[in-house]
Amino acid sequence: MPKNQLKKKFRLGEVIAEKVVTIVAFFSLAMITLIFVFVFRETLPIFFSGNAEVSSVPVQIEQQETYGDEGIQEVAMQSKTSSHDNEGIASFDNLTGTTWQPVSGTPKFGIVPLVLGSFKVSLIAVLFAVPIAILAALFTSSFAPKWAKELMKPAIEILAGIPSVVIGFFALIVLASLIQNIFGYQYRLNAFVGGVALSFAVIPIIYSITEDAISRVPRSLTEASLALGASKWETALYVVLPAATPGIFAAVLLGIGRAFGETMIVLMATGNAAMLTASLFEPVRTMSATIGAEMAEVVFGETHYNVLFLIGSILFLFTFVLNAIAELFVRQRMMKKFQGI
Amino acid sequence: MNELKTKIRVENFNFYYDKKHALKNISMNVPEHRVTALIGPSGCGKSTFLRSLNRMNDLIEHTRCDGTVVVDNVNIYDEAIDVVELRKKVGMIFQRSNPFPKSIYDNVAYGPRINNIKEKKQLDEIVERSLIRAALWDEVKDDLSKSGLALSGGQQQRLCIARAVAVDPEILLMDEPASALDPLATTKIEELIHELKEKYTIVIVTHNMQQAARVSDFTAFFYMGEQIEFDETKKIFTMPGKKQTEDYITGRFG
Amino acid sequence: MIKKKILNASVSSATALSAFFILAIVAVVMGNIIIEGSSTVTWEFLTGKPTEGMTQGGIFPAIFGTFLLVVIMSIIGVPIGTITAIYLTEYANQHSPFARLIRFAVNTLAGVPAIVFGLFGLGFFIQFVGSSMDKALLPAGELRWGQPNILWASLTMAILTLPVVIVSVEEALKSVPRELREASLALGATKFETIWKIVLPNSLAGMLTGGILAVSRGAGEVAPILFTGAAYFLPKLPNSLSDQFMELGYHIYIMSTQSPDVEATRGIQYATTLVLLVLTFALNFSAIFLRYRVRKNMAH
Repeated sequence: MPKNQLKKKFRLGEVIAEKVVTIVAFFSLAMITLIFVFVFRETLPIFFSGNAEVSSVPVQIEQQETYGDEGIQEVAMQSKTSSHDNEGIASFDNLTGTTWQPVSGTPKFGIVPLVLGSFKVSLIAVLFAVPIAILAALFTSSFAPKWAKELMKPAIEILAGIPSVVIGFFALIVLASLIQNIFGYQYRLNAFVGGVALSFAVIPIIYSITEDAISRVPRSLTEASLALGASKWETALYVVLPAATPGIFAAVLLGIGRAFGETMIVLMATGNAAMLTASLFEPVRTMSATIGAEMAEVVFGETHYNVLFLIGSILFLFTFVLNAIAELFVRQRMMKKFQGI
Repeated sequence: MNELKTKIRVENFNFYYDKKHALKNISMNVPEHRVTALIGPSGCGKSTFLRSLNRMNDLIEHTRCDGTVVVDNVNIYDEAIDVVELRKKVGMIFQRSNPFPKSIYDNVAYGPRINNIKEKKQLDEIVERSLIRAALWDEVKDDLSKSGLALSGGQQQRLCIARAVAVDPEILLMDEPASALDPLATTKIEELIHELKEKYTIVIVTHNMQQAARVSDFTAFFYMGEQIEFDETKKIFTMPGKKQTEDYITGRFG
Repeated sequence: MIKKKILNASVSSATALSAFFILAIVAVVMGNIIIEGSSTVTWEFLTGKPTEGMTQGGIFPAIFGTFLLVVIMSIIGVPIGTITAIYLTEYANQHSPFARLIRFAVNTLAGVPAIVFGLFGLGFFIQFVGSSMDKALLPAGELRWGQPNILWASLTMAILTLPVVIVSVEEALKSVPRELREASLALGATKFETIWKIVLPNSLAGMLTGGILAVSRGAGEVAPILFTGAAYFLPKLPNSLSDQFMELGYHIYIMSTQSPDVEATRGIQYATTLVLLVLTFALNFSAIFLRYRVRKNMAH
């Protein structure tokens, strides 16, 4: 009798609950996989057919698959030899060209100015955001009086909470004029304005992660430094900052990732002309802004459409790699650092 | 000791946290309707052992065990054993009182409700009976809808006892149930333990030797994961068989 | 010694200056929008339709569209996010490869640029799911689901905000003391009974926080809906999931960059921006408040 009482019972509810929870948890994984698959899928016609206008012929795709890598090379080679005939086709040459004119008579899909544009604006944003965010984080953790600390926390939360379209709007209307009045250049909207506006969105990220990294520096370390007679700033500069370096590095990487992927701010504040120029004060067009501005007007399945997806794939891959490095870096280096290995 | 029925029989029980060998070859017979105290310095494994008796240790990752723990002729570590059913039979009172953030009534009715007792009248009966058994009824009967967290520490612990009793267990495991309480509340709990053994078999972990001497019939002394001695409490405290037990009891270490 | 003093002063003032700069950005951006926007925000503006080619009138369709977007998004995203968080904190063996893979997926999802979610919405929901639905449900050649609409925009946004929900709910679940779980299990409750009756009720505030933060994020993002469902001008409110919709953030973007006379509608632009700001901050502050209470509980 007692033996039966303790016998394992089959609880259907428990089993179902666990299964359902596990399957739903699988959703995030499925989504990230689907994002990979479906964003890349729409770029395929670029690689697998010399002329994407005829993309609805399954036979052709099958044929191309048997070619494998050589097929792509062949297409690329062909376009090299007869580049005049191939204008308007997303050939390798065309894609790596320096002109982005997707809707002209002979469309040019050179993504080089877009890639460089993204880098340029992101670089300006990060150059602005990094010193300000790190110094401010150092301020709150090492120097600030209590009232200032309590002011910084909500301020950062507010800045992080401002929708990017609002920052873009502010940059478009106020910031652009302000900066133009200071420097007096020709184009109101340009890479510099976009970069500065973008830094507003990047600062909270770098600040928060840096502050987090600094607060993880063991108290014993700072106390030891102060006890040795080092002043506050010496401790901050020579003890706290170096100890928090891996975290700060990750913060900067994530900041770059955010800047690179941000759309609305750059769409509204950079002027959006795909120009190849070294000047800071001329308009640029970033990858994300290109997608944002053109995707709504493009014909589904056309080369232009596929190229926009290709740009999206590059964006995705780039931020993916940045995030992965940031995560790896923080986890491993932080652990090693404080375990004394 | 011979005329007593054995409720829990432990044989060659070993327990490991990852690589740490936390319990070494424990064997003892816990008699029915008696109070068995587990004493020893902190970290000696007495709490781990207690938690092995209702398999609460299953919840901790990277642990394993071998040997047998037999409750009423059933090895509770057998593959075919249902842990959930086992825990209904072997109740537990924790070191820190942990009432749910619910009303007193709902705290006590939690167990019965899980066992699909839904009828109000039946639940009322169980709640009243359990609270009476836990010597808390008179203090709370007019205020059963009050939050369990609003009670004093000693009352909270008795509420937890009532909650455990409500599922009709046969064994009650108590993990230092009075360690966080003031002397008056402690006395109440100790008196309660004395009454409860009429109906339940009780195993109690305590770091307080006077308490062990006061409430228990049998005592096991643990040291560094080993069971040094297990005997009638009277004997342990008057003529311990082992030098280490004597040292501990007379306060030379721990 | 003097050199040291100068250094000390310059380091500490540089940090203070940076902090001040951040405060200044916040003050200027917020101040500018509040001052410029508040005069145009009237009851008629909030409840009226755009008129005269969007140069006059109100923004009610955009408010309604935003509301509908976040509601549909939450209905889909919050349960999925909550259950994923339950898996990660309650069921998963923390070191199992599957759990780590899911955690990695959540982190990755959090880092994907918003515009890429838009591409995904277009490539997956509209071109793949929607088109397949049209092929199966409608006479050949007709288009209903295979084009941008509020359902696809909401689903895209739900995936974007999923990590927000997961992280908040996880924090809430972790704040439930282990003692309560053990008490329940020791009474013979099963794992699911313990989660359902003890863990979830005690982390409601945290789940609410997650939901609110997701809504705030969803209301503020524009990039994912640029080509998955937002409409330029649509005075009629959507009455089906396959309709397009107006949205506050998108409205700001359109009005300030695409309308024929940008200067003439400056007031409307500012007012719309103010409405969006008030909406997101009302949500954010309630989430911060709730989270503060959760943390207080945890300390208790």
